[in-house]
Parts: sequence; structure tokens; C-alpha cells
Amino acid sequence: MYGLAIHPTSRMSKTSRFPAHRVAGLAGTSFKHEHLPAILGDDPKDGFFEVHAENYMGAGGPPHDALTKIRRDYPVSLHGVCMSIGGPRPLDKAHLGRFKALVDRYEPALVSEHLAWSTHDTTYYNDLLPLPYTPATVSRVADHIDEVQGAIGRPILLENPSTYVLFPEATMSETDFIRELVRRTGCGLLLDINNVFVSATNHGYSALSYLADFPLDHVGEIHLAGHAEQEDDEGDLLLIDSHDGPVADAVWTLFDIVIGRCGPLPTLIEWDSDIPEWPVLKAEAVAAQAILDRHADSLFGKAHAAG
Amino acid sequence: MSTRSTVSAAFLAGAVATALASFATAAPLSEAEVKAAMDAGKEKCFGVALKGQNDCAAGPGTTCQGTSTVDYQGNAWKFVDGGTCTTMDLPGDRKGSPTELTRDIPS
Amino acid sequence: MPQDELQSGDLGRRFDYAAAFTAGLLDPDRAPPGAVSGPNGKAAVKRYAVYRNNVTVSLIDALAASFPATMRITGPDFFRAMARFHVRETPPTSPLLFEYGRDFPDFIECYEYAQSMPWLADVARLERAWLDAYHAADAEPLASGALASIPPERLADTVFVPHPATRAICSRYPVVTIFATNRSDGPVGRIEAGGPEDALVTRPGLEVYVRHLPPGGAVFLDRLMTGEPLGAAAAAAFAERAEFDLSANIAGLLQAGAFTAAHQGG
Repeated sequence: MYGLAIHPTSRMSKTSRFPAHRVAGLAGTSFKHEHLPAILGDDPKDGFFEVHAENYMGAGGPPHDALTKIRRDYPVSLHGVCMSIGGPRPLDKAHLGRFKALVDRYEPALVSEHLAWSTHDTTYYNDLLPLPYTPATVSRVADHIDEVQGAIGRPILLENPSTYVLFPEATMSETDFIRELVRRTGCGLLLDINNVFVSATNHGYSALSYLADFPLDHVGEIHLAGHAEQEDDEGDLLLIDSHDGPVADAVWTLFDIVIGRCGPLPTLIEWDSDIPEWPVLKAEAVAAQAILDRHADSLFGKAHAAG
Repeated sequence: MSTRSTVSAAFLAGAVATALASFATAAPLSEAEVKAAMDAGKEKCFGVALKGQNDCAAGPGTTCQGTSTVDYQGNAWKFVDGGTCTTMDLPGDRKGSPTELTRDIPS
Repeated sequence: MPQDELQSGDLGRRFDYAAAFTAGLLDPDRAPPGAVSGPNGKAAVKRYAVYRNNVTVSLIDALAASFPATMRITGPDFFRAMARFHVRETPPTSPLLFEYGRDFPDFIECYEYAQSMPWLADVARLERAWLDAYHAADAEPLASGALASIPPERLADTVFVPHPATRAICSRYPVVTIFATNRSDGPVGRIEAGGPEDALVTRPGLEVYVRHLPPGGAVFLDRLMTGEPLGAAAAAAFAERAEFDLSANIAGLLQAGAFTAAHQGG
């Protein structure tokens, strides 16, 4: 029902406030306000930035001023964190309205949300909580995705989660569950390769076989991030999706494999805790860009040299 | 609270005129002057406009991450005097030290 | 499976995984839900604790980010213990974390171990007001010259429209001085506490400003913000404090950008 067009359809019907920067083949980073002065001083202005939608749902003030400045110079990815698409309860209509307003206001190149939930009854838990993969939940989640896409008038990219527990009642694999959501809603996918690695380690399966089973044709964005190590009750390695350090070597390797198969997809470095100085974060994006460019060259050959 | 029922129009007009006239002479204090005034404990009402800091005090951001910090504990009480509260005197010699509060909540 | 934990509702039992999962998220004494496990029959105690940990720590972090001066006064360990109680008692109801902590100052006021710092709740109130001003709608403040065009005989009836960011905080303690000292980067020396201080918070542009309100200023501003005309607000302020300086207050509020418009009331 929705095509996988990168550019928002709403742009055709009204005058745009911002340039239509292209995000294809670019590496980017999370946007952190403390980096704004350094970013504004960057030249050339390459890459893109991703923001958490909820941080821009205040009425006004410095957050909107900063995002406006970023959006003028760069493609922006709007990453929703709290829609509770994976929750059993109906979506929060007020929250959906705020999300739509941000999509309309900033005309993001990419819009994404999580296969998870964070609100139950009246409490907001501020974490991405897991759901059982069953035919009943797939219907519920598909309804929620339809509702979001209907409200904003464009498809979203749905992100695979990091999980730490399993539901014995589950009857579908995560990849089957995600493939079914794509089939029913036409949504695209945000493939978080660190999440794949974290979940595979935590649940004792191979990240490569997960990727082999993942509907890669529908991926519109990649996430990379750092993780932390703890232990489970049996003393085995338990990885935490902590976003507080550089991307792990194993995740870089998986990324290289995915890009080799899919071509150069927009790729984002997430870094949300112990945030480093801008050059350190930027260097991670440069490393990702090098991998994207290497595969672009092998795909497109000499035609790239003119760029 | 009882309120005086009226303030005369002439008085109001005079006050507004004085207020508007004061803009011509009273430029906002510079940063250095503000600091000096604070240091001397001579803050003037309306004279100290403390800037609202930068984004480090801009409030929390929503995240989509886990945390590697461990905090499994219950409502255990642990007092650690690591702040600045002991550097303040209140009127009446009431010192801002919480050291007498060292007992634990049974958990 | 602990079906007895599941709440009934119009959605039926098949959608109740959220009720089972959240039951122990804010209660560390509770066992993990029976509906989850590790792979191949592994236990889920530490695994579930990851979620419990993420919720608790991230919400304490949210309060720490919103109340930095309060935390500097108490020290981080005291603050985090206090915040943990509050998070478990009053978790957020909105996914907008900058809205969280509205009840925290009242909690601090009643918090047993903060009783020796009676000013702490007011510092938190000022920090909460600061954050509200930071995220408030953008608006152009009233130009100071606008009052000059109002005929003198109509001034008493003039009503002011408050700027969306404007807040007043009243305190029996020197809250502005304590706030300012603990939000600066420099070392905190001994604070010679003076008398009570009322605070004015404004954000005429992108920067949030905190000022002292002079005697009677808080009543004056409060009356104006609730829509009372200038004459009545001034009368209330004089009734509160005989030394109320009307012209200084008008000048101060206009300079601070406390209003967006002034018009003659009906």
C-alpha cells in the first residue's frame, strides 16, 4: 500500500521549507546538541543526522532552533522511540499527532520506529520492551504500523530490537515476524546490525543466519552502535545495547557483508551515552562511509569517478 | 490578603514613565559585573540576569539504548555527603549538613 | 504461566504480555514474569533485570539531567537514592522525558533525608521552571515602547499577555543565589544566605534567564499573569509589600521579556 520511496510524498503538494538533500549511500551520526558548533563549522557538509523525535516535541526553544539549522545543511532522519508500536494497547493519538507534526515540519529523508513498546496503561517505562512473536501480535503490530503510516502519509522503517529474554509462547521467529509485517503494511526496515549481534549472542544463534533470513530487500537504513558486556544467570556472555562506545569489530564485519549484498544503504552511527567529542563520533561515520564507498565502487565501477 | 482598592491613574502614569525612561540609562549588566555582584553578595533585584546555561542543563533526552550501569537494588538508603549542602548557612545558625541522618530504611 | 497477573481488558488475554512484563519493572523485590525465559530453558533473572535496570537507571538519569543544581547540592549518591524512591513511586506518564519530574519538588519537600536542606525543594522548583521555559513556545517579547502609546488614563485597565516561557517561583530561602551558584562551573564556596528570594524565569529569545524578583514583585507578576489589569495588580503588590517599587517592577518585567502583548481590558 505504500511504496518505498525515500522522498516524502508530501513534498509534492506544498512548498518545501528545506532543501531536498539526498541521503542515499551516506553515513551519518546521531545528532547531539553539544556537537552543534563543531558541526556548523564542518566543511564540506557531508553525511546525515538522526534525531530522536521525542526530543523535538516541545513547543519551541533551542531544540527546534538547532534542528532547523541542521536540517538546512543536511538530510535528517527522524527516529521515533516511544510510539509503542509493539504494544498491546491502542496507539497514543496525541503522540501520533506530535510525530506527524514533526514529519510535516522537518520533511525528514528517513522516518523510523521500533519493533518494541514502552508505554503500558498510564506508565511510560523509557525502555524498548520485547513482545512475543505470534500471529495475534503480528496482526496487532501491523494495525499499528498502518495507523502510523496513514497518519504521516508515508512509509516508515521498522527497526529490529535488541532483546534479552524470550517468550516461550512465541510461535514465529523474529525474521518471519518482520517479513510478515512488511508484507501486510508495506513498511520498510531499519536493520540495526548491532541489535542483530546483541540478540544473536544473547539467545545463542548465529547473526549470519539471522541476516540470511532477514528480508534485506526492504532495508532502507542501517544502524551501527557500541554494546557492553555482562553475564546472564549461567555466567554466559550477555550483551547490552548500550550505545556508549565505538562499533565492535564483529559488527563492522557483519556490516561489510550486508552492504556487499545490499549496496550502499544510508548508515547511521548511534552513540547516546558517554558521548565523545565530535571528531571521535565523526570518525566512526567516516569509517562507515569508506565501506559504503568501496561497495559503491565495485557496484558502479568507473562511473563513480566522475562524482 | 487585603488589597488597596485603587492605585491612582496619575501614579500609574508616573511609574510607567519612570520605567520607560530607565531603559535609556540602565543597560543590562555585563557578565563580569554580574559575577562581581554575586561575589560581593550584593545582588540587585532585577539586576542579575543569570544565563540559563547551555545544553548540558537542557534536560533529559529520550534514548533508545540500554544501560550498562547496574542498579538492581531495592529502595536501599545510602547516605554519601558528596554535595555542596554543607557550605551553606541559613539564618538562625541552621547549618545545612544532613550528617545526622545516617540511619537506614529497613529493606 | 502467571495468568493471574494479567489484567483483564477489552483486548483479551492474548494481548496481555505487557501487563505481565511490566508488573515487576519498578519493583525489585518481585520475581521476573513467568512468561519470559532465556534460550533453551535458561533462567531469566539477570536477563529480566536488564530491563528493570534500563528503566530505573534511565529515569534516574532523566531526573539528574533536569535537576543538575539540586544534584550538585546533595551530591550524586544522595540524589540518585532520592530519585530512585521517586521513580518507583511516581514513574512518568508521558513519553516526553522533559515533562518528567513535575512532582519531584513536592517529593523532595517531604523526603525524610532532605529535611535538613529545607531550601532544596525550592531549588528543584526553579530548575523545573527553567526546563519549562527552555521548551516553551517561541514568542517575540513585548517591546518596551509599547506602553508609551497607551493613554495614561487607560493604564489601570491594561492587561498583559504573559510570554509562554515566563515563570515565577516564590521561596522563603535565597533560592536564586543557591541555584546560580550550583549551576555555575566554578567551585561552590560558603554561601552567606540572605533573606528570601523570589525568582523570575524568562526566555525572550533562545537563552533562559533567571532573575531576582524584588519585594512584592511575585504578587504583581502573578496577578498580571492571571489576567488582572495593571491597576489591580499594582494595588495587590502594594498591599503585600509597602515598599513595592512599581516603576522598577514594570521596567524589570519588560526588560526580562515577561510579556508578549499589552491591551486595554474591557
